[in-house]
Amino acid sequence: MNNVATLESAHDPAVSESTGILRLQGLITGLQGFIWAAYKMMRFLLLFSRQGKLRLQKWFTPLTDREKKKVIRDMMMLVLARPPRSCNFLQWRDLKIVYKRYASLYFCAGLEDKDNELLALEVLHRYVELLDKYFGNVCELDIIFNFEKAYFILDEFLMGGEILETSKLAVGVSMEEADTLQETMEEYMSKPAY
Amino acid sequence: MSPSVPLQEMIRAIRSARTQCEERGVIQRECAAIRAQFRQADNGGRSHNLAKLLYVHMLGYPAHFGQMECVRMIASPRYSEKRVGYLGAMMLLDEKQDASLLITNSIKNDLSNSNQYIQSLALCTLACMGSAEMCRDLAPEIDRLLRASNSYIKKKAALCAVHIVRKVHDLGELFTKAARSLLTEKNHGVVHGAVVLITELCERNSETLERFRKTVPDLVQIMKGLVISGYSPDHDVAGISDPFLQVRILRLLRILGRNNEAASDAMNDLLAQVATNTDSTKTVGNAVLYETVLTVLDIKSESGLRVLAVNILGRFLLNNDRNIRYIAMTSLQKIVGTDHNAVQRHRGTIVDCLKDQDASVKRRALELSLALVSASNIRSMMKELLSFLSSCPPELRSQTASGIFNAAERYAPSQRWHIDTILHVLTTAGGDVRDETVPNLIQLITNTSELHCYTVHKLYRALLSDISQQPLVQVACWCIGEYGDLLLTGECQETEPVQVTEDYVLDVLETVLQSHMSSPSTRGFALTATMKLSTRITENVDRIRSIVSIYGSCIDVELQQRAVEYNALFKKYDHMSILDIFPELFLDKVYSVKLSFAYNNNVQSAGLSPPLCGVSQVCDLLDLLGGSEQPLQPSPALGSAAPPIPVSAPNTVGGDLLDLLGGLEPTPITPGLTFTYTHNELQKQETGRLTVTLTASNSTESDIRGFTLQAAVPKSVQLHMKAPSGDSLPARGTAKVTQMVVLNNPNKVV
Repeated sequence: MNNVATLESAHDPAVSESTGILRLQGLITGLQGFIWAAYKMMRFLLLFSRQGKLRLQKWFTPLTDREKKKVIRDMMMLVLARPPRSCNFLQWRDLKIVYKRYASLYFCAGLEDKDNELLALEVLHRYVELLDKYFGNVCELDIIFNFEKAYFILDEFLMGGEILETSKLAVGVSMEEADTLQETMEEYMSKPAY
Repeated sequence: MSPSVPLQEMIRAIRSARTQCEERGVIQRECAAIRAQFRQADNGGRSHNLAKLLYVHMLGYPAHFGQMECVRMIASPRYSEKRVGYLGAMMLLDEKQDASLLITNSIKNDLSNSNQYIQSLALCTLACMGSAEMCRDLAPEIDRLLRASNSYIKKKAALCAVHIVRKVHDLGELFTKAARSLLTEKNHGVVHGAVVLITELCERNSETLERFRKTVPDLVQIMKGLVISGYSPDHDVAGISDPFLQVRILRLLRILGRNNEAASDAMNDLLAQVATNTDSTKTVGNAVLYETVLTVLDIKSESGLRVLAVNILGRFLLNNDRNIRYIAMTSLQKIVGTDHNAVQRHRGTIVDCLKDQDASVKRRALELSLALVSASNIRSMMKELLSFLSSCPPELRSQTASGIFNAAERYAPSQRWHIDTILHVLTTAGGDVRDETVPNLIQLITNTSELHCYTVHKLYRALLSDISQQPLVQVACWCIGEYGDLLLTGECQETEPVQVTEDYVLDVLETVLQSHMSSPSTRGFALTATMKLSTRITENVDRIRSIVSIYGSCIDVELQQRAVEYNALFKKYDHMSILDIFPELFLDKVYSVKLSFAYNNNVQSAGLSPPLCGVSQVCDLLDLLGGSEQPLQPSPALGSAAPPIPVSAPNTVGGDLLDLLGGLEPTPITPGLTFTYTHNELQKQETGRLTVTLTASNSTESDIRGFTLQAAVPKSVQLHMKAPSGDSLPARGTAKVTQMVVLNNPNKVV
């Protein structure tokens, strides 16, 4: 699915101004339309390229496949249309969207209304630093060809929409140890990794 | 790290596909191979197959057939397979799928595994997609892990507990004690997890909130440690020690200090310290300051601290960084209700932000500016808002327009200014205003009688220059119709008068009628205006008649109906007071006017046989409503058989209802149907109660069947109609229909 953003139709009033979203606290029931759980810091984290290709998607709230696709489409449309030096924050439905561009990748997070946007920018930056440390001068190709590692790093940093570990060093150490564990077991079984 | 060769080859193959079709082909082949391999017994390549499937899933292709494979892989003893299996579970399974229940057992086993990385996989997956049942099953395990394990597992267990509490609120009780003890740990990750857990528990349950208020001193201590401590390479971000933890603690303090004096006092010093000492040159420092400001404004802080917080926001407003300005305006929006004066001080900067290039900043600036409009600054603010309206992005226009209207309505310094402002908005952004603007504006114009001349001149000029903005054209047509005579006199005090002849004015209206840009309702306005002018001008009445009769065959049904009715009016009457100027309107008190009155009348006079006696009943209606000004027969009530006399409606009719119709005189009804009504005058004056008897007789040659009487009264009068004696009137007056109507006027409203 290559969703190339249509840049002209970026200012879609239906997307940016609609507010009629139901929110249930606690239990999530499958209704039509988007139902979000309450009180998470981050609802989702997406990485996509300038051409509109998705590189990573992490959902911290259960949605159907259709809903996920809609969110991805909308995010790409909104974010890719932004001019270069604009504000990193957007309003979309009842969520705040924080995005940052690093080289050819856009990092896009959807936050709750009460969350701190500036801190979210720091979270995105921290994730990029972690990737950089792990891969050594990370670029988009690293994330494409080693996407599962990108997920593992993310899982050491964020969990359930909240920050798990605030120390860069600690995340690095756990990744190393886990990888060693994997290799040890693989060597033991004398089979290749993936 | 050995590279994943088969996976990477597949990725390369997909990327080298030149068209969408080619890519689909590659993926279909791979998926078929993967499916075949899944069906085979355990082979060494299971994990790389699943990894390939997950990649394909990320591109957007269906991958549901991998769900069972994930379940199998999770149960595998090999760590690499477990890792990919759990990753697959998080990507492909969610709580709505049935397969997710199957992994509950695996998760349970893995939670007690000796290896912490396997435990952490299970915790992570549970926190990501654990359903309510799974959470209930596994909550005791999580609690155990919270207490007795190493810090790596504790921090993960804490966030897993947060997820459980969000899914199943009652289980919050289970974790309260453990959360409390976790606060004393040294590891930042654990403390962070504990703070998040406590925040979650407090937000859900007010009793828990009360209990955790006791932790405020501990939190203050931790926070102080972070702020004052020296450089710690582990947690430092641009000179701030662990900003993530600081922000979380501040948020928890906000919840604990809300509506509680004691707790708020305990944190006052700390907040002041953080606010003053945090370095605000980088984003991260500003993030902490932002959270501090939000906390200060939310708890019961002392006024000095509040002033400090608002000043920080003011400083943010002047920051070069757009992000910072954006969030400053967002926060100011929240407090503009409570600390209005403090925010007013920064009005200048906020209004300047209206001119910023960025769309997000513009939006925030607009909302905040509209909130800051007050009686004292209305003129200057309106100037800024109007200039913003002419240059703002299209998605903000309707919001701006309605904001301007609201502000003008509340704070207009003079009527003329108000009308000018509305006209300005209509000329600049006429297409984006709401529908009720037109009636509101019409009401406003009607009620400012001294400015009629000025208004009609301005609108006439506006109409000459541009007829594309529908609301403006509608209002202009209406005005010209109503006050056209003022336009034609060629005099005006407030503005330069136009020298026009009647022909020019009619030309303009005709242009509107014929233009492609006019919507059907606009043309309706224009037609009615043309009609109204027939009473206000002297020479070109024939031209008006011809215009109106042309539209009698218009395709648009609404216009056609109007034209036909107006034509009929022309034929019937020399002076149509129905077309007189409206009196002062109070839109919420207008009763629904029976304009069908005129219609029915004309139908009769055109010689059509009247089906029912709509008109005559309304004649009676006039009398009933007018209070009995003309009692026809002052004889006692109840069934008098007085000789029928033709009823002619009174010349003067009271009641505001009918002023709008002017003194329209209905034709005397054609002889044939006669009505009488009788009532008792004395009875009415004493008790405010009037009993009226209606008698109808038919002296035409044909029978009338289905005869019913309808009556309507103003709200101050109660109407009670008794059953009629029959509903058919045989010919030649052989029988009569009587009906009694009781009117009650308890408040003696005239």
